[in-house]
Amino acid sequence: MKPRMNGSGERLSKNEMLKTAKRLLNYVVVPYKKQFLVVIVCILISALAGVASSLFLQVLIDDYIAPLIGMENPVFTGLLKAILLMALIYLTGTLATLFYNRIMVTIAQGVLKKIRDDMFIGMQKLPVKYFDTHTYGDIMSRYTNDTDSLRQMISQSIPQTFSSLITVISVFIAMLCTSIPLTVVVLVTVSIMLFIAKKVGGNSAKYFVEQQKDLGKVNGYIEEMMNGQKVVKVFCHEEESKKNFADINNELCQSATKANIFANILMPIMGNIGYLQYILIAIAGGALAISGKSGILALTVGGIASFLQLSRNFNNPISQISQQMNFIVMSLAGAKRIFNLMDEKPEADDGYVTLVNAEIDSNGEIKETDHHTGTWAWKHPHKNDGTVTYTKLNGDVKFFDVDFGYSDDKIVLHNIDIYARPGEKIALVGATGAGKTTITNLINRFYDLQDGKIRYDDININKIKKSDLRRSMGIVLQDTNLFTGTIMENIRYGRLDATDEEVYAAAKLANADGFIRMLPDGYNTLITGNGEGLSQGQRQLLSIARAAVADPPVMILDEATSSIDTRTEKIVQEGMDSLMRGRTVFVIAHRLSTIQNADVIMVLENGRIIERGNHEKLIAEKGKYYQLYTGAFELS
Amino acid sequence: MIKKLAKFIGQYKLDTLLTPLFVAAESVLEVLIPFKMADLIDLGIEAENINYVVKVGVILLCYAMLALACGALSGFFAARSSSGYAKNLREELYNKIQDYSFSNVDKFSTSSLVTRLTTDVSNVQNAFQMIIRIAVRAPIILITAMIMAFRVNHSLALVFVCVIPFLAVGLYFISTRAHPIFEKVFRTYDKLNNVVQENIRGIRVVKSFVREDHEIEKFENVSDSIYKNFSKAERLIAFNSPLMQLCVYTCILLISWFGAKMVVAGSLTTGQIMSMFTYVMQILMSLMMISMILVMLVISKASAERVIEVLDEESEIHNSANPVFDVKDGAVRFDNVNFSYAKDMNKLCLKNINLDIKSGETVGIIGGTGSAKSTLVQLIPRLYDVTDGAIYVGGVDVRDYDIETLRNNVAMVLQKNVLFSGTIKENLRWGDADATNEDIQRVCKLAQADDFIQNFPDKYDTFIEQGGANVSGGQRQRLCIARALLKKPKILILDDSTSAVDTKTDALLRKAFREEIPETTKFIIAQRISSVQDADKIIILDDGNISAVGTHDELLQTSDIYREVYYSQQKPVVAE
Repeated sequence: MKPRMNGSGERLSKNEMLKTAKRLLNYVVVPYKKQFLVVIVCILISALAGVASSLFLQVLIDDYIAPLIGMENPVFTGLLKAILLMALIYLTGTLATLFYNRIMVTIAQGVLKKIRDDMFIGMQKLPVKYFDTHTYGDIMSRYTNDTDSLRQMISQSIPQTFSSLITVISVFIAMLCTSIPLTVVVLVTVSIMLFIAKKVGGNSAKYFVEQQKDLGKVNGYIEEMMNGQKVVKVFCHEEESKKNFADINNELCQSATKANIFANILMPIMGNIGYLQYILIAIAGGALAISGKSGILALTVGGIASFLQLSRNFNNPISQISQQMNFIVMSLAGAKRIFNLMDEKPEADDGYVTLVNAEIDSNGEIKETDHHTGTWAWKHPHKNDGTVTYTKLNGDVKFFDVDFGYSDDKIVLHNIDIYARPGEKIALVGATGAGKTTITNLINRFYDLQDGKIRYDDININKIKKSDLRRSMGIVLQDTNLFTGTIMENIRYGRLDATDEEVYAAAKLANADGFIRMLPDGYNTLITGNGEGLSQGQRQLLSIARAAVADPPVMILDEATSSIDTRTEKIVQEGMDSLMRGRTVFVIAHRLSTIQNADVIMVLENGRIIERGNHEKLIAEKGKYYQLYTGAFELS
Repeated sequence: MIKKLAKFIGQYKLDTLLTPLFVAAESVLEVLIPFKMADLIDLGIEAENINYVVKVGVILLCYAMLALACGALSGFFAARSSSGYAKNLREELYNKIQDYSFSNVDKFSTSSLVTRLTTDVSNVQNAFQMIIRIAVRAPIILITAMIMAFRVNHSLALVFVCVIPFLAVGLYFISTRAHPIFEKVFRTYDKLNNVVQENIRGIRVVKSFVREDHEIEKFENVSDSIYKNFSKAERLIAFNSPLMQLCVYTCILLISWFGAKMVVAGSLTTGQIMSMFTYVMQILMSLMMISMILVMLVISKASAERVIEVLDEESEIHNSANPVFDVKDGAVRFDNVNFSYAKDMNKLCLKNINLDIKSGETVGIIGGTGSAKSTLVQLIPRLYDVTDGAIYVGGVDVRDYDIETLRNNVAMVLQKNVLFSGTIKENLRWGDADATNEDIQRVCKLAQADDFIQNFPDKYDTFIEQGGANVSGGQRQRLCIARALLKKPKILILDDSTSAVDTKTDALLRKAFREEIPETTKFIIAQRISSVQDADKIIILDDGNISAVGTHDELLQTSDIYREVYYSQQKPVVAE
């Protein structure tokens, strides 16, 4: 078997390995205590039946064949009885194998499902920060490579190693009982075999790392060039590209050949040393039998026959264990990564203020209702006196002297003060990295502040339950993320109980209805691969529709129309403005034309607000905004 | 299919031939050892002839050593031939794709091409190695062991004839039942990975819509379906080894019973009965192996088919028989051009396009999303062929040019542009491999890129990450323009290539074009009116039709669309 490479190829220390194994065992043993016990018993029976099979040869030859040779009327009833007994043992062994194989399937698959589900559920609770600091490939490999090697380990390696271990021990005892000198021969050859396996295996592993490196290079080059294939064509760069590829491909071929040579010769060497051992036993055994020694050197022909079988049954499990060990060590490293993901600290949420649908009666009193009214209220329970107060959701957002950094030593926002009154359109302008998106990320608490306070309808946002806080805002990001499913389902993602009519209305508002109806299956068109086949602009329109159907009190538009042509953008803008009339909107935009009608424009530079005011005011101030607007500065 | 794939063995023919030869030799020796062993036991040990034991023992040791050598050699040659085979296949696929035209590339997605070149090639390589090794070994052992068993004793060998069909049918039944379920499992796995992938990439969307529970439900549904199907398939597979054991044990008992009687009757020896036991294992194991090979081959067949699809795809754009190697000037004429990506006159993207552009003119193109602006300009360097009509560059039909000549004279900056990992200099030299440092600096000044490049610590030797990730969008666009300028083209096409560049730099860029390369024909696709305002001609595209052509002033008079776009982008008058 080829050594498999896992994500990082890291090895665990013994201590970590034990800890991981113990935790894994908890997943396996605790919920399946009874089944696991049955499996152990069955493996034991199955292994012993195998040993009995080897020993039976001696009985057969020495007791039922040799004495009968030359007899006038040989009687076979004894043999028949022995064979029937063996048949019974074999049948038990076979049934035991069947049982434990099938039970192991249930255990392995059940454990894997549990681990998979636990991992995903755990992941949903992680803060956004986790996803910033871990690459997509890194997280993904835990669901693919690591889980897959875990599957092989639980369903194959563990039972196989266990069964091999039992076989080795019982065969060893049987060998000792049959002939001590021959056992010594076996031990010597087995140690030689293991020594060679270690040498060859070590070389193989070394070259595999090299091969893996070259393979990574080749695959990386392929990916880069396939992505730039059209540029290659435009520059007639095909020949150079072919030549470069041929070079790295040759390198890969060389390291792959070396790695495979060592992997390939291991099995035939191990197998044939087994044959050498087999023959040596026959010679040594023959010599012993012929010399007719007694005591521990005594040996019969049946004994030799038995021993020959036993020696095979000794070699096979040993080479299996040595192969499995390597694999188990690697799988444990994978299991460790899976557990690490599960152990990540979930997003903290001690908010207790919740968002409810509300009705305002004629007295101006706020009443909680269970249906969508278009009015929302914050339900604020007070712990000390047990009363509940309701505050109408207005979308009033205030930042008081907020400092923030993604890590403690690098502050990216300084002294931010923002007053967004209900119904206002607040625009954030600034270069990439100025902190615009960061501000919106703080409002919905993707990240927590270092210093300062944010109040939402005069409630500290730390008191609001995160899920309710987020439910109160719609957000449209520059990078659109659509999900596999129909267009209808994708828009409905904004509000799961939206009717078809509401979806159509949202699509019309986002100016997406037109192109959707032009698609062959209209709203039932299946979206795959984040909407491949749709233009970036169309994807943005869909994600705007998705936010519109949610009909949120507060909306954040982060470069939401950056890929839409100016004419369409204007239409969408008008639609959004009418939807959000009377509600608060935060807009981040590259094109200044889209934010001219904002109530407040804030210009950010290096994490500080350097200018604020409406368009006319800022133009009159002739500061940074004026320069941006007249094109003297570049936003990038 | 096999014929097509066998072609890539190429220079590794000898290795590929030697591998099965050595495998065969090793297998035969392995079968001969138990046969000879019977002699050692009967004529040596039973007859108490120690000399014979040693003599035959030494011969047998030679057999085993020889088998070891053959096995190792077969492994050696197999490694060489299979790695070499994969190399040839990968290279051929890669070269084939390099020769693809745009429409071929569109047909396969980028990610699917990457999978075909990586995962699918490895699968085919593994299948190849399996065919020249295990697929040779298993049948040879099966057949020779059967022959030897019959030579030892016909009647006893009949035991195999009875048991083999039983095992074969059993294995066939299990694998044909289980295989479709496994396929289903693998497809569900793709689905699971897809859910996770979309979840990770869209985690901000998930969290801001508070859809964690919805996502968990989605995941658990797929996870559950994997659990159910995988268990179902594995439970079937769980029958494999007990079935095998059952057959082995049955053979052993039958041979013991009949064999013992024969030994007693004198028609069989003790040594022979033992060699029969060894053959039980060899024959049944090889049968098991064969069933495994068949399943593996079926799995890799899908990969082989995907690889062949790439090989069979023919580029649609070819050099003409007598190509023209000289482009006279940058004049462009569209003559009744119709174009459809699907080559279907009922699904036209461009309809009845007629244009006449003089060499050195600047042409602006404006139009909404999906109005086929990019499509129009991509026809000029013949990235696609027209469906109907003709395009002339320098008075010659583009289809009559040598493709490389044409594309070197028509430089195109694509909308979705990429830089490659390497230094700035290396990237720019894509335009002209022999460009001097002065040439490079000159075009960068022209493309308004020199300033920011000089601000990098390593200047022109700054390393660009894959895809140009470490430069800003505007900088990337200017580098791409410089790269195109280095070709000294007669026609320059900018497909929305200054969208991330600020208006001031944009204006400088256009000024430089006007002054430094006046004889080059320039096509500029843009969203901003300001980018095309001073062009000699502005073309308004609407849904694949030319809606209007004219100068800025003319269009303000005549075109509603132009007026609408213009006023939507107009700034309110700034109070000075």
